[in-house]
Amino acid sequence: MPRINSATELEELRKGILSKRDPNKPCIAICAGTGCLALGNDRVISAFEEEVKKQTLEAKVDIRATGCHGFCEKGPNIIIYPEEICYIEVTPEDVPEIVSQTVLGKEVIDRLIYTDPNTGEKAAHQSEIPFYKNQMRHLIGNNSKIDPKSIDEYLALGGYSALSKSLFEMSPEQVLEEIKKANLRGRGGGGFPAGLKWETARNAPGEEKYVIVNGHEGEPGAFMDRALFTGNPHSVLEGLIIGAYAIGSHQGFIYTRHDSPQLRNNIAVALTQAEEYGLLGENILGSGFNFNVEVHLDIGIFVSGESSALMRSIEGKNPEPRPKYIRTSVSGIWEKPSNLNNVETWANVPQIINRGSEWYTSIGTERSKGTKLISLSGNIVNTGVVEVPFGTTLREIVYDIGGGIPNGKKLKAVHFGGPMGGSIPESLLDTPLDFDELAKLGAPIGAGGMFVLDEDTNMVDVTRFFLNFLTNESCGKCVPCREGIRQMLKIVTNISEGKGREGDIELLEEISEVAGAASLCALGKTASDPLLSTLRYFRDEYEANIKEKKCRA
Amino acid sequence: MDNARIDRIIDKHQGEASSLIQVLLEIQSENHWLPKEALERVSEKLQVPLTRIRHIATFYKTFSLIPKGRHEIHVCTGSSCHVRGATRLLDTVQDLIGIRPGETSSDLRFSLETGNCLGCCALGPEIVVDGKHHSKIAPDNVEDVLKDYD
Ligand SMILES: Cc1cc2nc3c(=O)[nH]c(=O)nc-3n(C[C@H](O)[C@H](O)[C@H](O)COP(=O)(O)O)c2cc1C
Ligand code: FES
Repeated sequence: MPRINSATELEELRKGILSKRDPNKPCIAICAGTGCLALGNDRVISAFEEEVKKQTLEAKVDIRATGCHGFCEKGPNIIIYPEEICYIEVTPEDVPEIVSQTVLGKEVIDRLIYTDPNTGEKAAHQSEIPFYKNQMRHLIGNNSKIDPKSIDEYLALGGYSALSKSLFEMSPEQVLEEIKKANLRGRGGGGFPAGLKWETARNAPGEEKYVIVNGHEGEPGAFMDRALFTGNPHSVLEGLIIGAYAIGSHQGFIYTRHDSPQLRNNIAVALTQAEEYGLLGENILGSGFNFNVEVHLDIGIFVSGESSALMRSIEGKNPEPRPKYIRTSVSGIWEKPSNLNNVETWANVPQIINRGSEWYTSIGTERSKGTKLISLSGNIVNTGVVEVPFGTTLREIVYDIGGGIPNGKKLKAVHFGGPMGGSIPESLLDTPLDFDELAKLGAPIGAGGMFVLDEDTNMVDVTRFFLNFLTNESCGKCVPCREGIRQMLKIVTNISEGKGREGDIELLEEISEVAGAASLCALGKTASDPLLSTLRYFRDEYEANIKEKKCRA
Repeated sequence: MDNARIDRIIDKHQGEASSLIQVLLEIQSENHWLPKEALERVSEKLQVPLTRIRHIATFYKTFSLIPKGRHEIHVCTGSSCHVRGATRLLDTVQDLIGIRPGETSSDLRFSLETGNCLGCCALGPEIVVDGKHHSKIAPDNVEDVLKDYD
């Protein structure tokens, strides 16, 4: 690979890549995301490779193993370009037919396309399938268009042009200003404005500063960060380098999951390729800017996704959080200013730089801009990764995209934010997706796990589930969190087993107040959120359990 | 696990004390558990006190200080699998192999783990045996699946 030494050379390389491509050449994009791989898509990939070889079509047809397409429910998924024909639930046995009939013969195989279970309507193209049609897939949409292991494919989509623009046409201050104007808010949980955080780190005293990608994704039911990072690692990396330039950092860290080999591998390949092209390392694109990245793996405990715990983990220590009054943007890893953002937050940066903050702020609501990735799971017909503009109502997500509730059941509640989030009832389903609106209702978006519950769900049991999760995950360092959660779990368990007593609800409220006020980190502070939200909207279920001494477990 | 293999892993991380967790993680993933001798070797090579290593090795549930079985069964008990019937599934697995999560059967055939959403919510409830996913599985079919692993 040649090293690229200027913005012009980057554009020449891009032109070269594009000129070698024929947009009409058929390409079979096979999903190699976590879900589809688990369903055996590796066998589908080999079957395509064999078939193409057998028919000596290597020069005429491209095969691409891609990241998650989003529609995990119907995996193994494939998309055939240029027509964008989607086939679902594909098996290796279907492969010869797909190659001869669709790839060569341009005919759609009826059996393999999506049928709407409600209307019986068939949809062959991505643009017609309700699941995809009702989304705005600015980030995740590129997953099916690139091989995550090929930087050239990312470049063909315009990749690294935002980095080049930042380095050569903008000062670090201008980049920072653009992010602030875009009102990009953190996607990892808090919704904190990224621009302000960057500014704090930039203005903090000290030469050495760090930027970090939070790719821990520990929230149960959340899988969108993985889908994006595995499927399009360069988009996150490009955002990170731009952020480093704006902040004045020369060392970055990627903190991510140890238990996903594809994710680890794709990140490693992306870093190597970016380095070889001179997009990473010394004197990036000949601009004089230096930046290196190191990968650290989490060890599968939830609290290590919390900012101060994550930074201790990168230092090689146990991921125990520290009190929040010391801000990591000022004093983080090795007491140096350290700016941490979520995978999705970083991935938003290149498009903001390329298309401008004005374009970006035209999407979304008053105070939540852009799109949001959502992991849709639970009692829902279409489990998968969804991307919608802020302002989309929860009803649209559940019914138009998610296809509603399985087995003809009614919806009871939607839960956001995992163990530190909250549930809201069906009656509030017309609420728009918005950081502040949902927080007001007691169900903050969190990282974006949207957990759908049907009428058979007992909300006391849901609460017990999350409290149980947190007792296992509390690091144990501070008493209000460790003991508080344990006691709340005990009482909620009693209630759900029909052993609840009068006064239990009041006691729960009291403990949650203390744990919320006195815990060291956000885990303990917000551990009772699911409890409080279910008490707010489903108090009658607790009361009924206590009064009737019913076991609902 | 012999010292040469451990040394190789340590050397890969330039023998730096700050890479302790990464080193332990690699030993765990190659060897499936952390023998006492391995920890001693790491302590000596990285110049980190054994007490600190044990502190870390016991803190994370990913690390195991006891040997693991030949086959690792993972029952996902994440939120989505939970509402789709993971509890009954787990009960069935426990009944069949006679151990609880975190344990290893005395014949070293199986180890059982739970928790940790694997991000495959579309496939739930599921059990994963040695990395292979058995998706949307009913408790009645578990016995059939486990038969193939001995
Ligand atoms: C217990 C706990 C776990 C967390 N886990 C994650 C995580 O897995 N991924 C993530 O991006 N943020 C997580 N966060 C939030 C981070 O502390 C931090 O706010 C975030 O990464 C900042 O990025 P953002 O501003 O781009 O959202 C967690 C917070 C807490 C309290
Ligand atoms: S893993 Fe294939 S669509 Fe999500």
